[in-house]
Amino acid sequence: MSVLSAKLRLRRRGWFALWAAPLPVWFALFFLGPMLLLIAMSFWSVQNYRLTPDFSLSAWSYVLSLDFLWSSFWRSYGLSLLSAVLVSLLAFPASYAMAFLISPARRLTFLGLALAPFFTSYLVRIYSLQVFLGEGGVLPQMFHSIGLSGASLLNSYTALFLGHATLTLPVVLVLQTLALGNVDRTEMSAAVNLGARPLQVLRHIILPAARPGLSLGVLFAFLLSYAEFVSATYLGGGVFQTLPILLTDLIRGGQQWPRAAVVSLLMMAVLLLTSLVTVAWAYRQKGN
Amino acid sequence: MNRHLKHALPAWVWFTGLMLVFVILYAPILSALVFSFSADRFPSLDITRFSTKWYAQVFADARVLEALKNSLTIALSTALVATTLGFAAAYADFRFRFFGQRMVLALALLPPTVPIVVLSLAMLAFFSRIGLSGTVGSIIVAHVVVATPFAMAICRLRLEQMPPEYETAAQNLGATPGQALRLIVLPHAAPAIGAAALITFAVSLDEYAIAWFVGGLEQTVPVTVLNTLQGQVDPTIHVIGTLAFAATLSLVFAAQLLLLRSTKSHKNKEVSP
Repeated sequence: MSVLSAKLRLRRRGWFALWAAPLPVWFALFFLGPMLLLIAMSFWSVQNYRLTPDFSLSAWSYVLSLDFLWSSFWRSYGLSLLSAVLVSLLAFPASYAMAFLISPARRLTFLGLALAPFFTSYLVRIYSLQVFLGEGGVLPQMFHSIGLSGASLLNSYTALFLGHATLTLPVVLVLQTLALGNVDRTEMSAAVNLGARPLQVLRHIILPAARPGLSLGVLFAFLLSYAEFVSATYLGGGVFQTLPILLTDLIRGGQQWPRAAVVSLLMMAVLLLTSLVTVAWAYRQKGN
Repeated sequence: MNRHLKHALPAWVWFTGLMLVFVILYAPILSALVFSFSADRFPSLDITRFSTKWYAQVFADARVLEALKNSLTIALSTALVATTLGFAAAYADFRFRFFGQRMVLALALLPPTVPIVVLSLAMLAFFSRIGLSGTVGSIIVAHVVVATPFAMAICRLRLEQMPPEYETAAQNLGATPGQALRLIVLPHAAPAIGAAALITFAVSLDEYAIAWFVGGLEQTVPVTVLNTLQGQVDPTIHVIGTLAFAATLSLVFAAQLLLLRSTKSHKNKEVSP
């Protein structure tokens, strides 16, 4: 009897482990493993051009004392934040239209169409932008024909911003539309019945109620833009030396693994801090 | 709807915003399609002649075909493994209560929040330490990490729509856990599993950073595109782009259709007595 129940328990445990174990095991080996290695590596040293396990703070002190690191750090942060805010403003009218002016059945179709580009060749879309904006490209040609300067638009913040928008618009549109779609309609009607003007409804009912989703939109746009190096390189044209570019240079350029690890960890820390602050602010209760 | 509700700005303003956003999203995709059929080397508004010569050139290019073979191998393997891992984790989270459950869930959703450059760097460091960098296998292993969160989220949301009593009822009627899973849970989750496979396939097919860092000489299609970005104007990119857009967009739309239709049929069943 007890042997039987023990056997049964073992089989149940095995059945449970069959489903529960694979993902944690895979992620522990191939996700946490590499990330922990990165942390360890930031304390290693390079001796005679060879990477040696060590406990040394030299990479940290070297990287933290670099002036151009700090300037590219703040530049990355500022540019991505600017892009995140601008993309959110650009997306807002569209999200508003999808949430309030389109029937729910059609809304899903539009959301699907908005999200799909997120999964399609980002690189080719950046190449298309390069062609659009470059010398003799479609946009400069159009500007020229209406009497403006036909110079290349590449290597400018406009180009970088369009790259960031290409990457982040789908996510921002979905988050904003879901947030606006969840705003309580009866509260909106009540405000109207009490004599609120449309602009007041937007300011005092819609925007506060949708704040968490709208802030998450800004946050995700920021996270994606901050970590992005393709637009910054091929549209911003190296005018904007950002952290991810610095990182790819460090690695592709030579043996500076510990320094690259330090830069990576700094990036992660900044992203984590920004996320925590944004989420706390987004979900703050009214009146606090 | 909301006919009594006045908006802060007239409707055409909001709709113009909507149009603008879709132009920004789809113009680069359409331009790749148009220029892929232009006979001119330099893409410009006045296309002199249409031709399919760049298509012929792409399909005759051994380097591209090799990259395509790599991409398909990697994407297929990734879709298979990531969907299996994702479904298993989603089912475990749905079916069982266990210690550390929330931590596992957080771990499963963590990879997309790590900047892709940082993840690529960590993967390259890791695979070169164990002597596996520069192999197709290492790209698959890394892509599984990137793609599984999507699979897990899709399957978990679908299982949420299934009353948990169904499975227990089946077991009370004498089904083994395996039979209950096969006869009750799997048919219900099938659309989500299909959608997860399509999405993870698309994610892997499109991923360039990890493939570039870890792959070494083994190039995938996005890596050849990345290399072209650094060089001269090359009209074959438009061809590769058009094919990539056609492939990934149909994968994503098929996935969305699967999920949408299964949700609808589920709702209908609940309404009818």
